[in-house]
Amino acid sequence: MTLRVLAAMSGGVDSAVAAARAAEAGHEVTGVHLALSANPKSYRTGARGCCTLEDARDARRAADVIGIPFYVWDMAERFDRDVVQDFVSEYAAGRTPNPCLRCNEKIKFQALLDRAIALGFDAVCTGHHAQLADGELRRSVDLGKDQSYVLAVCTKEQLAHAMFPLGDTTKADVRREADRRGLAVADKPDSHDICFIADGDTKGFLAGRLGAEKGPIVDTSGEVLGEHEGAYAYTIGQRHGLRLGRPAPDGRPRYVLDISPVTNTVTVGPREALDVHEIVGERPVWLARPAEEPFDCQVQLRAHGEVHDCTAELGGDRLRLRLDRPARGVAKGQAAVLYAGDQVLGSATIAVAVPSMV
Amino acid sequence: MVYLDHAATTPLLPEAIEAMTAELTRVGNPSSLHASGRRARRVVEESREVIAEAMGARPSEVVFTSGGTEADNLALKGIYWSRRSADPARTRVLVSTIEHHAVLDSAAWLAEREGATVEPLAVDEYGRVLPSTLRAAIERDPDSVALVSVMWVNNEVGTVQPIDQLSAIAREYGIPFHTDAVQATAQLPVRFTTDAMTITGHKLGGPVGVGALLLAKGLDPVPVQHGGGQERDVRSGTLDAPAVAGFAAAVGTAVSRRTAEATRLAGLRDSLIERIHKEVPGAVLNGDPVDRLPGNAHFSFPGCEGDALLMLLDARGIECSTGSACSAGVAEPSHVLLAMGADLARARGSLRFSLGYTSTEADIEATAEAIGPVVERARRAGAV
Repeated sequence: MTLRVLAAMSGGVDSAVAAARAAEAGHEVTGVHLALSANPKSYRTGARGCCTLEDARDARRAADVIGIPFYVWDMAERFDRDVVQDFVSEYAAGRTPNPCLRCNEKIKFQALLDRAIALGFDAVCTGHHAQLADGELRRSVDLGKDQSYVLAVCTKEQLAHAMFPLGDTTKADVRREADRRGLAVADKPDSHDICFIADGDTKGFLAGRLGAEKGPIVDTSGEVLGEHEGAYAYTIGQRHGLRLGRPAPDGRPRYVLDISPVTNTVTVGPREALDVHEIVGERPVWLARPAEEPFDCQVQLRAHGEVHDCTAELGGDRLRLRLDRPARGVAKGQAAVLYAGDQVLGSATIAVAVPSMV
Repeated sequence: MVYLDHAATTPLLPEAIEAMTAELTRVGNPSSLHASGRRARRVVEESREVIAEAMGARPSEVVFTSGGTEADNLALKGIYWSRRSADPARTRVLVSTIEHHAVLDSAAWLAEREGATVEPLAVDEYGRVLPSTLRAAIERDPDSVALVSVMWVNNEVGTVQPIDQLSAIAREYGIPFHTDAVQATAQLPVRFTTDAMTITGHKLGGPVGVGALLLAKGLDPVPVQHGGGQERDVRSGTLDAPAVAGFAAAVGTAVSRRTAEATRLAGLRDSLIERIHKEVPGAVLNGDPVDRLPGNAHFSFPGCEGDALLMLLDARGIECSTGSACSAGVAEPSHVLLAMGADLARARGSLRFSLGYTSTEADIEATAEAIGPVVERARRAGAV
């Protein structure tokens, strides 16, 4: 069936090949580049960032080679509100957000998809590395590049209008295919890190938005060990850069265990204290909800993180996960994504991580 | 394909293609002294004479450039520099708020880098600079005005400016008056009556990449581009004889036909305006309803984004414009509409249909048939 497909084109190799495949499959494809920054820079610096004018030109050039119409849509306001400000306020609340995930949920498969549908398109196509067929979302065959984690926050309704043509292909093959198709982005570096923090300095970015208020670094007994320069600059599990004057009594390294923005306190402790056996997630989203609970499945707790066997149970609107073996350094605000093998069952936002040793 | 974007660029006239094709196969730098050079120079000088004749200028008043943007830059910067160096008090630059960016940004650059004070000349709700506005701006301190620049017709909304009255006011005070006439030349009775005037090839059936600044005798701008001293020492650079020949053929042809063409285009445009009002009751015609370019119909469609309308029409084979675009391709709200007092929504939800010599009744019919469903869809998208 020929669909009217809107291909989101970042200017990178993945979305270019995805659009080319959709067009080759016989769909009526229109390329759109999202302008997400109100003041785009002219050029990319290294592998970081996207949404520069150069990226817009690369996307346009790819669309011309594929032979599809191309437009730039300005979604800078929505992006700033739903992704950048959300990112900042999540940190301010002591959580560790994943902005890519939020962008998929709120921008690509909400703002963009809604507009596409209203304009008469049937689907939004992206270059995400994940497999989607018959409403089932699965990991990419390229596990190293798999992006099912950052798509797992999307609802069934959102994914019903999504198209991921690259899920059956490794990144290396995508690059080869881009080259074969004459797409100049074939050897463009992958983007990493957070696109709206082009220099990679998340700490500096947050300090600029939230200010840098000094506060205590304490151990689990409450004893003050040092001073920090803004609690949000730390992440759970962080070891380096704590600059504690005194070593721990046992001489072992200490890790960030907790961040409390209300008291502006960073709590540190031994590595074992990072171990988590139980997690409570909120705002669950189901793509394939098992008929009976509790059920056994696997859970991934951060992008490209390891997978843990667990038992899941829904109580009201909260998802309770018991891990078979402890996970280390679980950050509130990240998504807990449930898998059965390579299939995504659903996801929830991590609200509570219960330490194994209390 | 329905091409209603002649204000962006026009298809080449057969006369221009013929003149260019003849020239493309020949060698010769018009500045060379040998036979090939003399032959190329003859082509250039005859082209200059054709353009001068068509515009009511002297051949020596035609300075070839690479197009409208360069001519505007040369007029603004060159005249500013020469006027200021004759009297350092002359630092005021008076430009209308609805100029093309080639003028606006040149003026802004002069303010930023060259000590100019840019004084915007406000427009009325139709986008017109009233003579009283210019007079008041000059009279605040006539001796400090370096130059005035007001376009002959606005490129977005098509409003025709009272150039004769405006330039007469500047002349009373001995102030040079420049006008960008690139959109006007093919459709309006434009004559070179100001001190400086920008024209360009590709808005009237000629090639892209060639234009001219008409410069009244005695007005010697400081050059922007230096080199071999071509074009009265005002604009260096080897002339592109094929492009110049095509430009002249297009100017000659367009000007000789423009009275009849203006009547024909105004008829098509009025029927397009009438049909759009009928198909989309809430549509607002922007610009002067009477004193407007014959080929221009510019509308705001409440509740729509201009870029959604453009895309949906494009998908139906109808090509028009939102009127302005920035380098990333993001549609910015039109500075022209904002200057006319439009709110952001009206400025964003606008479309320009610009007709030219290839436009036909069938183009109007196809556009009128498409516009209703397209607006309805764009409204749905605008509401999400």
